[in-house]
Formats: sequence, C-alpha cells, structure tokens
Amino acid sequence: MTVSVDTERTVRLTVNGVPREATVPARRLLSDALRHDLGLTGTHVGCEHGVCGACTVLVDGEPVRSCLVLAVQVDGASVTTVEGLAREDHQGGQVLHPVQEAFRECHALQCGFCTPGFLVTIAAGLEARDAAEEITEAEVDDLVGGNLCRCTGYANIKKAVRHAAATMRDGAA
Amino acid sequence: MKPAPFRYADPRSVPEALEVLAAEEGAKVLAGGQSLLPLLSMRLAAPTTLVDLNRVPGLDTVEVGGDGVRVGALVRHAGLLAHQGAARVQPLLARATANVAHPAIRNRGTTVGSIAHADPAGEMTSVLALTGGSVTVASSSGTGTVGWRDLFVGPLETSLPGAAVVTSAFFPALPPRSGTTFAEVARRKGDYAVCGAGVVVTLDEDRRVAAVRASYVSVGLTPEVHDLTDAVAGSPVEKADWAAAGALARTLVEPDGDLHASADYRRLLVGVLTERTLADAAVEAAGGSE
Repeated sequence: MTVSVDTERTVRLTVNGVPREATVPARRLLSDALRHDLGLTGTHVGCEHGVCGACTVLVDGEPVRSCLVLAVQVDGASVTTVEGLAREDHQGGQVLHPVQEAFRECHALQCGFCTPGFLVTIAAGLEARDAAEEITEAEVDDLVGGNLCRCTGYANIKKAVRHAAATMRDGAA
Repeated sequence: MKPAPFRYADPRSVPEALEVLAAEEGAKVLAGGQSLLPLLSMRLAAPTTLVDLNRVPGLDTVEVGGDGVRVGALVRHAGLLAHQGAARVQPLLARATANVAHPAIRNRGTTVGSIAHADPAGEMTSVLALTGGSVTVASSSGTGTVGWRDLFVGPLETSLPGAAVVTSAFFPALPPRSGTTFAEVARRKGDYAVCGAGVVVTLDEDRRVAAVRASYVSVGLTPEVHDLTDAVAGSPVEKADWAAAGALARTLVEPDGDLHASADYRRLLVGVLTERTLADAAVEAAGGSE
C-alpha cells in the first residue's frame, strides 16, 4: 500500500510562535499533546467531548476544541494557546491581551478553570471583527455561548467582553 | 476518557483513502471529527484505523449553480454559513448551519460529515431531506449518487458500504415563489436541538399556497419530509391558517421521549415551530411584502 498507516507519528507544529515537535500515538488528542507532551498546561481539559469549551485553542487562527482534534492532524499547523495571548513588552516583561486585562478588570473569573477557553475564544472573536463597530449584545452572547462557566453566571464575563471590545476600539481609533 | 488505540492514515487522494478503507477492516473516515471524536473518547466507537480526509486536495469547495449547491466533503459549517452565493440559491443552508453547535465546532465540523454521521439530532441531514438532496459517493465500484431517501437507514446508520467516501452533498435550489425558514428549541444556545424545524412554502402565480413541506430535527430515527399542503392548499398567502398546518404536522410525526423531553412535549414543539416557521417562510415566498 502506498499510504502510510501508523500507530505513532512525529508531529511538528508552531505553538505560540515557537517551533515544537513531539512523537505521539495516533490517538493523542491535541489537548493532551499540548499539556503532556509540550508542557503547556494553560489549556484546560474539562469534559473531553466538546461540550465545555475549556480546551479551546486557535489552530491557524481559528478557535477549535483541542479535545476534538487529534495531534497528528495538526502536523504543520500553527497553534495559539492561552500562554500565547500576552505580548512581549520589549522590556523583558509581557503585556496582557486586552481580553485578559478586561477579565481582571471586570472580575470575570472565579475558580478560573474555564478561563483559558473563554480568553482564547473571545480574543479570536474580537480580533476577527471590525473593532471600530460597537459590539452588539447578540455578538457578545455568540462569543461566550460555546463555553461553560459554572461560577460566574456569565454577567461579568459579558461585561469583560464589552470592556475588551471598547479597549480594542480605542486602540484601533 | 481517551480514545482506544487506533492507526492513522492521511491519504492525499480519494483513491488512496479507498485503498486504506478496503485494506483495513474496521476503518472509519475522519473529516471534521466533531461528532466522531466524542464517540471515540466516550468509547462508543473503536475503529481500528482512522482515514483522515483533511489532506485530500479539492474536497473543500462549494459549487453554486442555478440548479443547486454542491458542498465538498471538507467544507466546514462555518464556510457554508458564510457563503453568500450558496445562501442566494438555497437560503436554508446558511439558516440551518447557523444552528449547528457553536462557532468553534463549526470551524472544524463539516457539513458532509454530519450528513454521513446520520445523527437524527443533526441539522444538515434534515436539510438534505427537505431540499430533496443527494450525496456523491466514491467506492471501489466507482462513483455514484445516492438520494437522501436511500441514504439514511437509522440513527448513526447509512446504507453506504464501509469502504466508501462521501465526496460531496448536493442541495437543490429553492424553487421559484418559495420561502424557507429554520428554527430550533434547545436547552442552551448552540446545544443539540430538543426539536428543530425546517420548512419550505411555495406559492402559485396568484399568491395562493401551492405546497408546504417540513422536516424536523431530533424527531424520529431518520430524517423525513412531511407534506403539510392539505392544511392550507389554495389559501391566499396572507390568510393561510398556519396553525392548521402545525396541527397537521403534530399528527404526522412520531417523536421519541428521552431525558430532555417527552414525546408529547416534542410533538407540541413540532406544532409550535411549524406554525412559527411557516409564517416567516410565507412572507419570504410572497416577496417579503406581507
């Protein structure tokens, strides 16, 4: 047979801008590859069947559930996790992403377990929209609707989305 | 939980995929994986081999023609949702995909994959039925077309052989003087529908109701299309008794009860959603000028 059928593969991918490599069994979920093989434990694993959204990461810029993607499938892809949201400040430190800043400002987390998934999803969603436009309630609901939070009741998370959108609008202006 | 061990192949063409599917007993096709991977993680399925289509070129196109929309096997729900040409020819596509799970799932999940998965809670199986669509299937015996009636056998079960790849789905265009709507009731935003309804209303040249069809989500074991024309046939579109069509629909469906909703409640929702969606679809059929 011309096609290779493997129980194990070496996967090369760019994670948060850094080239990484791991040899993983075919069944390794991307969420587990990030946490166990690459040591990036910022990505949290909640339900492990695509319902809770805690494990959301960006694959080639788009939010996906990392528990619903196999590591072998992202060979060659670019992955952004919550660890990659903050930016270097060129003075040896880091500047939080406006969404991270807004979560702190608005007290949008309590236990923090779901937070990485929210941050990644909301950051990508806000970056994909026209920052100059005022964000609508329907957009806010869409941005948070795919992630479960059992602590906050969502009110402060939605407040943080609006806060971050306003910050990004002022930044764009 | 974690999936049971399996072997993995990522062929670069459909014939290569078929070769692996034929050689590996218990092999399964992987496209978006948004339904398959949960089944693997919950150990409800344990294929020996996954044949990943994602690196097969040419399967990610949406072809829009006057007669309908052909959706390739790797077109994601998000891609179809955003496709304006497809929405012009068959508006039901975008209206239904907007109800498929959450954005992060739609970025990965494929429309054709959800049809091949044949989940009675899936939106796109019902849309394929309601539009009178078909799928193109490649297998060792060549390439053929399978109409929706011959495709769905039961929950998560199609008539296709194991060594087959659904390469595209074809959704016929919305007929002239027609309108369509899709709506769902779900326990949470983006969750599986407790009940969903897609409808098509077609008027005659005198703006009287000529045909009314409906298909439901999470109702019955396989997608069905119900003809509701009798309840409203010949009525001027402004005066049509959509509640009567809803009442007729309730007598035609055979929903099951489960943890989330009793059969009676689902039947009630069928009536409510039918009446509601038909009224909206009629406005569209009449040219948006009711």
